[in-house]
Amino acid sequence: MTDLLKLSGVHTHIGRYHILQGIDLTVPQGQTTMLLGRNGAGKTTTLRTIMGLWQASKGEISLAGMRIDSRATPDIALLGVGYVPESMAVFSDLTVKENLVLAARDGPLDDAQLDWIFGFFPALRRFWLSRAGSLSGGQKQMLSIARAIIEPRKLLLIDEPTKGLAPAIVMALIECLKEIKRKGATILLVEQNFFAARELGDNVLVMDNGTIVHRGEMAALAADVPLQERLLGLSLEAHQ
Amino acid sequence: MMILSGDPPRSRVLTLVLVLIILALAATPFLFPGAKALNVAAKICVFAALVASYDLLLGYTGSVSFAHTMFYGIGSYAIAIALYGMGPNWAAVATGIVVGLPLAALLALAIGLFSLRVAAIFFAMITLAVASAFQVLASQLSWLTGGEDGRSFQLPELLRPGTVLISKNLFGFEVNGRILTYYLVFAISAVMILALLRVVNSPFGRVLQAIRENRFRAEALGFRTVFHLTYANCLAALVAASAGILNALWLRYAGPDTSLSFSIMLDILLMVVIGGMGTIYGAIIGATIFILAQNYLQSLMGVASKAASEAGLPLLPGLLHPDRWLLWLGLLFIASVYFFPTGVVGRLRNRGGDKSAGTSH
Amino acid sequence: MTELAANDPLPKPKRDIAPILLPVALALVVIPLVGSPSTWLTLTAASLAMGMMIFIMASGLTLVFGLMDVLNFGHGAFIAVGAYVATLVLAPFAASIQADSLWTNLAVLAPAALLSMAVSGALGLIVERVLILPVYGQHLKQILMTTGGLIVAEQGLYALWGPQIIPMPLPTSLRGSFIFGDVAIAKYRVLATLIGLAVFIAIQLVLNRTKLGLLIRAGVENREMVEALGYRIRRLFLGVFMTGSALAGLGGVMWALYREQVHASMSDDLTVLIFIVVIIGGLGSIGGCFIGAILVAMVANYGGFLVPKLALVSNILLMVAILMWRPRGLYAVTSR
Ligand SMILES: Nc1ncnc2c1ncn2[C@@H]1O[C@H](COP(=O)(O)OP(=O)(O)OP(=O)(O)O)[C@@H](O)[C@H]1O
Ligand SMILES: [Mg+2]
Repeated sequence: MTDLLKLSGVHTHIGRYHILQGIDLTVPQGQTTMLLGRNGAGKTTTLRTIMGLWQASKGEISLAGMRIDSRATPDIALLGVGYVPESMAVFSDLTVKENLVLAARDGPLDDAQLDWIFGFFPALRRFWLSRAGSLSGGQKQMLSIARAIIEPRKLLLIDEPTKGLAPAIVMALIECLKEIKRKGATILLVEQNFFAARELGDNVLVMDNGTIVHRGEMAALAADVPLQERLLGLSLEAHQ
Repeated sequence: MMILSGDPPRSRVLTLVLVLIILALAATPFLFPGAKALNVAAKICVFAALVASYDLLLGYTGSVSFAHTMFYGIGSYAIAIALYGMGPNWAAVATGIVVGLPLAALLALAIGLFSLRVAAIFFAMITLAVASAFQVLASQLSWLTGGEDGRSFQLPELLRPGTVLISKNLFGFEVNGRILTYYLVFAISAVMILALLRVVNSPFGRVLQAIRENRFRAEALGFRTVFHLTYANCLAALVAASAGILNALWLRYAGPDTSLSFSIMLDILLMVVIGGMGTIYGAIIGATIFILAQNYLQSLMGVASKAASEAGLPLLPGLLHPDRWLLWLGLLFIASVYFFPTGVVGRLRNRGGDKSAGTSH
Repeated sequence: MTELAANDPLPKPKRDIAPILLPVALALVVIPLVGSPSTWLTLTAASLAMGMMIFIMASGLTLVFGLMDVLNFGHGAFIAVGAYVATLVLAPFAASIQADSLWTNLAVLAPAALLSMAVSGALGLIVERVLILPVYGQHLKQILMTTGGLIVAEQGLYALWGPQIIPMPLPTSLRGSFIFGDVAIAKYRVLATLIGLAVFIAIQLVLNRTKLGLLIRAGVENREMVEALGYRIRRLFLGVFMTGSALAGLGGVMWALYREQVHASMSDDLTVLIFIVVIIGGLGSIGGCFIGAILVAMVANYGGFLVPKLALVSNILLMVAILMWRPRGLYAVTSR
């Protein structure tokens, strides 16, 4: 099993603030790695640093063995990294279709791929020509994920996809991500919802104060309630 | 150190230069005879205070205002109109002050509150628009402002050149009303600069800098940024209006060219950048360099231009013509923002080994 | 996964038409104040022509603001440069300008306008690379650098052409008015309105019908996400910047012909108007810019007729009123 993504000793400063303080992590090929942690732990900052949206001030980031830490965001995206940001960042002035047209860099939209996406997100078909800004929060999240998977990507970075969604939609979203996993995707997934994390994760990383404080298998963490309480200040039972 | 509010120049060369400038300004009436030298020195004093007040906005809050000359103009016009209308007496001077300063502060408050309500990115543009509207207004209300001609007026008896206070045979120098006016300008400017130094080194000043660094974070820390920024705007406007009063008193005149025009705004920007943003001391250095250059270098350009045209060189006579003074200033300005963003003061401080001072943001 | 049943009606795309109604309402409100209908028509035609010229000059600026958060205080320089460059063509061919034939006139005017656009666009390239790129992302320095650039450009024009006002006579066939009953509408104003409309439609088509346009609109809303999708937005920005500069140059030529004179200081007054337009339209919004330009021109024309002394001040009042209503301008399209 090879590591698709590897961060070693990554530091990130935002302005004068030292946010990431030496991150070491790996994301194995073909697996889903969960990134957990309290609010403000630095999860979003980690994803943004990988994406080149913040510049790492120290350390190495490599994708499939290639250094990417000094590359510009578009170049990193072109290497096959898809990003679903915490804010979803759909282009609200554009239609659903136009959002996906922009996401499909390699040319016209591929019908087979579209049908596959419509399979889990029928709402996108229904609102195909509506402004993305008029979609509901859940539909925007679907559009944001659809944008990232409209073309095959080597690596998906997904930031809190279940944030603010109704339980039923969370379940559907989990099914969708499982389906994406089955197609062989490699995912680095930030999640606050422990249930979703347990369902989806193969491996888990826990962050606190800008460093990784735990790494291991998701199943092991899910089974170890005291460890969860220590790392995340919550228990699985409380969140079911 | 009390008088400097615990914020000394922090560089030996800088201290030396500042001391030299201040001594020279203090002794100008006796060291450099002639009206021109005294005019230049008075202008340096006025602009040092004006630029320092602008530095409070630009250097300490990071907001670019193009309305600073408007406040300067309000002060100038207030005193000029009062003295013109009420005659050369102290009551008129007092009226000018009592009307001019609150007017400037109120306008700054209005602009501040309004701009803070809208997106921050609009601030510079809004101030530019307001300032240009004010300029048009001033030239159109000619019954009040004298229009393009401005207003000339007489000073109270005590401040007139004809008033001999200490006759020549006492010290070998004659001290007249003109020299008294000069020292009035000098002293009030100095007090204002020291007061600004105190403001920026107070807890209030440090909040302003926190806002400049990261407004979002400052808000998260619980500072009422709206209050702080508006307050800074009003303070800066008050000092600018006071500088305008001094300027009008010195010139015995207020008009669009000397107190309202956009080119004064550019001069202020140049001085603050050349001197060093966010240092207050930079205002003194910037004003001195700029005004000396303006008064003495410009005539040099004339000589060079004439020489070039006599030598039959193409283009150069036009480029070196004294009227193209601003062209070179513009280039200098771009170069200084690009290469010396910390200005003279920042440079001198960094040279002195104190690397933490004057970082650019 | 559908939280909406399949037969729910589609949510209607909400169209925000209040801003569009604003100039119409303003035009109607002033009818009784102006009194004479023919004067009103003349003033309205003048407003449209002036508005279109301002729109042409401002359109590039608003996109540049919206797309990259770049504050270009030197935009006015492109206007003046455009106008001066046009004199390079128009002066030697003064005879063709005076000829009473539309085609002869246009044969000189069109190349002059194209040359102006080319030079302004090229200058835009230099300004972007030299003044804006080095201070990218730093508003304060952007303002300072571009203000410096404006001074240098203005003074450079004075050095090259001298400080005097250069006359720029309108071609003979564009002089005079179309007369409808007792209403006279200047021919040049009709032409200016048509060109402005053409530019507006062209920009709208590019923005709405091409992938490039989609990218610009997406970039105005969220630059980072466009980059995260793999597009190099800097190049796109340079293209937009140059196009905006070229359009400002075109606007400069049109404005100079309108005033029949060229002077480097024309950029100062226009800069203020353009800023007001960009602010009230909403940064990055072409539609808002279009409406804003018409509003500013209406206020200038109606206001100039009704209360001549307060023309510029009334624009400030307009800006204040609109920002009180919508603090981010008529159309807020950026996510900032
Ligand atoms: N633009 C910024 N400027 C200053 N500080 C920032 C900025 N963005 C994030 N931070 C700080 O960095 C730290 C980590 O933030 P980050 O968004 O990475 O946390 P997170 O783990 O994603 O939290 P959450 O679960 O709430 O999304 C926080 O303390 C935050 O305040
Ligand atoms: Mg986060």
